Amino acid sequence: MLAWIIFAPLIGALINGLIFASGFWKKVLRGDEHTEKRIVSIVGCGVILISAIISSLMFFKLWPLDPPERQIIQELFIWIPSGEFRVSFAFLFDSLSCVMALVVTWVSFLIHIYSIGYMHEDHSYARYFTYLNLFVFFMLILVLGNSFPLMFVGWEGVGLASYLLIGFWYDDPEKAYAGRKAFIVNRIGDFGFILGIFLIFFVFGSASYGEVFKKALDPGFMSGIPTAAITVIALLLFVGAVGKSAQFPLYVWLPDAMAGPTPVSALIHAATMVTAGVYMVARCNVFYSASPTAQMVVVGIAAFTAFLAATIALTQNDIKKVLAYSTVSQLGYMFMGVGCGAYVAGMFHLVTHAFFKALLFLGSGSVIHALSGEQDISKMGGLRKFLPVTSLTFLFGTLAISGIPPLSGFFSKDEILGSLYERGFMIAWAVGLITAVLTAFYMMRLYLLTFEGEARAQREIRHHIHESPSSMTVPLIILAVLSVIGGYMGLPEFMGKVIGVHDSNMFEKFLASSVLVEEIKHLGDHAFGHWTLVVFSIIAAFLGIILAFYVYVINPSIPGSLVKSPAISFLYRGSYAKWFVDEIYHVLFVRTFVSLSTIAALFDVKVIDGAVNGIATGIREVAAILRNAQTGILRFYAALMAIGAMAILIYVVLSVK
Amino acid sequence: MIVAIEHYLVLSAILFIIGAYGVIIRKNLVIVLMSLELMLNSANLAFVAFSKALGDMTGQVFMIMTLTVAAAEVAVGLALVVMIYTHRGTLDIDVLKMLKG
Repeated sequence: MLAWIIFAPLIGALINGLIFASGFWKKVLRGDEHTEKRIVSIVGCGVILISAIISSLMFFKLWPLDPPERQIIQELFIWIPSGEFRVSFAFLFDSLSCVMALVVTWVSFLIHIYSIGYMHEDHSYARYFTYLNLFVFFMLILVLGNSFPLMFVGWEGVGLASYLLIGFWYDDPEKAYAGRKAFIVNRIGDFGFILGIFLIFFVFGSASYGEVFKKALDPGFMSGIPTAAITVIALLLFVGAVGKSAQFPLYVWLPDAMAGPTPVSALIHAATMVTAGVYMVARCNVFYSASPTAQMVVVGIAAFTAFLAATIALTQNDIKKVLAYSTVSQLGYMFMGVGCGAYVAGMFHLVTHAFFKALLFLGSGSVIHALSGEQDISKMGGLRKFLPVTSLTFLFGTLAISGIPPLSGFFSKDEILGSLYERGFMIAWAVGLITAVLTAFYMMRLYLLTFEGEARAQREIRHHIHESPSSMTVPLIILAVLSVIGGYMGLPEFMGKVIGVHDSNMFEKFLASSVLVEEIKHLGDHAFGHWTLVVFSIIAAFLGIILAFYVYVINPSIPGSLVKSPAISFLYRGSYAKWFVDEIYHVLFVRTFVSLSTIAALFDVKVIDGAVNGIATGIREVAAILRNAQTGILRFYAALMAIGAMAILIYVVLSVK
Repeated sequence: MIVAIEHYLVLSAILFIIGAYGVIIRKNLVIVLMSLELMLNSANLAFVAFSKALGDMTGQVFMIMTLTVAAAEVAVGLALVVMIYTHRGTLDIDVLKMLKG
């Protein structure tokens, strides 16, 4: 049954791809487009619903099991039988992959439903659903695979699907370029990831999770292995995560990935695929817990990324770009969580983020849809009365991501910040708090500029503004509800006690069967307690919201005057230009690479081709001389043979004497 | 007069040289083939002569073998000659030089 979670989307992709996207339906069966779209929608969404329902059934099967036995493994066949290196094509359903599978399938399902409305007028409707189903298939392989090679298959597969979907409107060169950029930047990360897998096999002699982690937890086995080896493994795997999950310095592809259709941005580049790195680190928690160096690196990069992306998001005017940088920043939070050893907190934020970021992206899609493709928030404003459902759900998403209690984002973000503090990552904690202020500020700014204030849209666009169809608003509402209540599954125990809930933090208890949950050492009497930390988080969130409100509603002249003052304008322009990271990369890597390639091309043409052509010419010229010997006259050959035979004879006779 | 092995060998050598001379000098393909036969038979003669002189039958066996092969070769060779003539209309080997490089 487990395998059907994975293969249902593949079947959907095959049906939609081979029958509809290929043109078989239209050209051979002469079917009409209306029926085609209907069947494609039913197949595309149906298979995901099947996956989602099976995942849920499996979850209920998993839940009552005792924590040590809380896993279901299904082995299909031996995939790579090669001497000592045996990899079986097996799937693992433990609490960690269960959480991921549930999030992936259900959020995918909502986004598939949303896509029916959003992509309705697109000509490549079937192709879109084919790719989307293919993505879910690979994502589920990534999440449910029971070995590193299988995870790598999914890892590469989602990269492929992401490339196909970013460049979905490939007749626009800029969008096709964005697809290629995502693919190539991800290659850099994958390079590290696969090296990490090789090293794991080299050290542990196996590549399946069960064997590797059992050995990694065995003190007898680990005493023979230098800590440096584990650190290197952890860091190489993290290189892969940096690429896929858009962390500094490889985050540059994600903002450009917004070139794809908005539901794709919501599904792949916000809710699921980009969190694969977080899942991977949580899966390999044994390695990270064993290596403080790796933890420091992960937390450092994550904190820097979170802060950097938040500063860029402050000034962007493209609604999807703001959300993209916000995603990068939130991914930074997740990595701070899993990096400091609070794997549950990181996974918790992954889940809540999937809810509210999918909601925000779908909301922005609804806005773009209503405004006939306009993405610039400086041309929006006042949309609340035109788009009541979208604006209300968007507001919930904004408050959730800002960390306003008691919405879901508050619990997960607070848990990460608290964990950072309790584990002694003080700088990261401070950076996280500042980033939380920035997050609340830029998200509120986005909301206010889009939905409140005066309408700045052009008149003819304003006439066409309409609330989206129900296939788009219903997923928004469901996601909004999840964003609001999703946090209660991870209600911390110290809060649960106050409210009087007995089984608080079910999320942690469930995940504890597959991830390490470390006991926190007491920090000493002068350290902040739980509640003080919570107060800090709440203050940060409200500070950002209030600042945004003050700047954009109460005193709207502030942004203009701030930009004019020299010190601020310097920062403003830097942030608006994304700190010139793309330009720096262009000079450092792209241009260096191009000039190196030019030299290499010259070497290829002159030296290598020259040598090959020179040999050929030489042989041809020698042959032209030798060819004269082949006269074609039979008597000449006969005479030569006779002379030759005679010469041999004379030689033999003379040498005998 | 006793016919000694030297006589046979001299005769064989003369026949061989006549054959080789014919192969090199003549232009008609049929004559060339005939000269080739002459060379083969001179070798056969030498085989038999040695066989008799040394009292070893191996030489005669070899002669029979060569004779058979020569017969087969003539059959194939003459068939080729006929085909060449019907296709090219000539048997002058100075004209038939398609193998020229």
